[in-house]
Amino acid sequence: MTLAGFLSQLLQLAIALVLAPLLVGWVNQCRAWLQNKTAPSILLPYRMIRKLFFKDAVVAQNASPIFRLTPYIVFGAMCCAAAIVPSLATDLPFARAADAIALVGLFALARVFMALAAMDIGTSFGTMGARREMFVGFLAEPALLMVLFTASLITGSTSLPSIVDTLAHRDLAIYPSLAFAGVAFTMVSLAENARVPVDNPATHLELTMIHEAMLLEYSARHLALLEWAAALKLFNYSCIGLALFFPFGIVVSGTDWLALLGAAPALIAKLLAGGFALALIETLSAKMRIFRAPEFLGTAFMLAVLAMLVNQLLGA
Amino acid sequence: MVAVPLYAQFINLLAAILLLLAFAMLAQRRVMSLIDLFAAQGAALSCSTAIVAYGTHQPHLYFSAGLTLLLKVVLLPWLLYRLIRKLDVKWDVEGLINVPTTMLIGLVLVIFSFNLAVPISELASTVTRATLGIAMATVMLSFLMMITRRKAIPQVIGFLSMENGLFFAATSATYGMPMVVELGIALDVLVGMLILGVFFFQIREQFDSLDLKHMEKLKEGE
Repeated sequence: MTLAGFLSQLLQLAIALVLAPLLVGWVNQCRAWLQNKTAPSILLPYRMIRKLFFKDAVVAQNASPIFRLTPYIVFGAMCCAAAIVPSLATDLPFARAADAIALVGLFALARVFMALAAMDIGTSFGTMGARREMFVGFLAEPALLMVLFTASLITGSTSLPSIVDTLAHRDLAIYPSLAFAGVAFTMVSLAENARVPVDNPATHLELTMIHEAMLLEYSARHLALLEWAAALKLFNYSCIGLALFFPFGIVVSGTDWLALLGAAPALIAKLLAGGFALALIETLSAKMRIFRAPEFLGTAFMLAVLAMLVNQLLGA
Repeated sequence: MVAVPLYAQFINLLAAILLLLAFAMLAQRRVMSLIDLFAAQGAALSCSTAIVAYGTHQPHLYFSAGLTLLLKVVLLPWLLYRLIRKLDVKWDVEGLINVPTTMLIGLVLVIFSFNLAVPISELASTVTRATLGIAMATVMLSFLMMITRRKAIPQVIGFLSMENGLFFAATSATYGMPMVVELGIALDVLVGMLILGVFFFQIREQFDSLDLKHMEKLKEGE
């Protein structure tokens, strides 16, 4: 382990933790602008988390330890994922511990515990949310794996840092397979992060909510951690997308660690653009009926498989 | 990695777009959007033909690119639009199988045709030989669309898009057919479209609908 690697690892984790709520704030702000509403402050998610941390937690009488443990497990899983995904640099000591498949496993772990905790109390909303979450998840996961496999096929490795290293070093060429994979990845991220075509993050309307339905029983620090974890999940997905499809500005291995100073503004600029694009997608599309979700995610899966096939056929 | 000339990369990209559009047509429920997708497919085809012409210095391909543009992006969609306006049939397209299943069958077809194309494209010597598999997949997918759709107009669009796939196969495998053949095919497609348009009116006058399941009753009634 080199000192530079250790530094970039720490810096990356810190940036993820700090920027994640800001990213959510930025997306909300853009969405409000696009819909001609007065935008809330970009710091609103921070204030929300701070307020929740100072409150007293209320836990249902029949809650099992799973219910209490879940916020910490979910938050921990998202932090691990933030440490693996190369958002600033590819020289990450921690990333050797897990490859792209393990990353999908981390997301799955968080999802399973969320669903268990939502069903733990036994309210009908929690159970419904959990069932819907698993319903969306079992379709989104294979599509995400296929997207990551396409990148692995191009670069010949499943470890995220080496994938990004290869993609950043390649000659400028047109990769139809990466374009397909990019569209598929966007669709999967929308579904996984409970965004508009699949779920609406801004509503507590009982018939449509998925993610919010699972959080209904939580309060105070537990809720704060889960909100923060949701923001981190959005941040992680954005960073995976940026690293795979726009790997410019990321410090590749073998360069001076001072380059990190340039990588951070590049990441922030890319996240600003990505957040705006997300708000644009959310404004332009309407929420689907829940039974349309299989069609949406089936299309994502098909695009990802097509990306792999086209990559095999055209070699690009 | 083997260096591929830039124009070949563009052709690969357009081939991928062609395949994507074929899938989009398979999933599309509205007739009007189906026609737009068909026009887009024609535009992609025309672009790729023009790029092949530029890359391989085959001036006669410019003509076929222009012909494709005129016929498949302007004339045929316009005819179809007019037909739909006159027949007043803007309903959603009814498929025999639901969309996700159709997509999965489509994926199997794509794998099949990619495998089928590999030995053929090894024999070919053109720069664009790798796209032969995509051309065959487009033909297969259009065929699937004709099978799974119940109404007459989507079936005709499937037929036309099959012709797109065949045309793409011809340009990718052999740099296009002789001019006379191409002109003949273009005329055939146009005349076929016109005749089918007349057919639609006849079908609707007989059965009050363009649903082809009424055609099956003809046999049973005998």
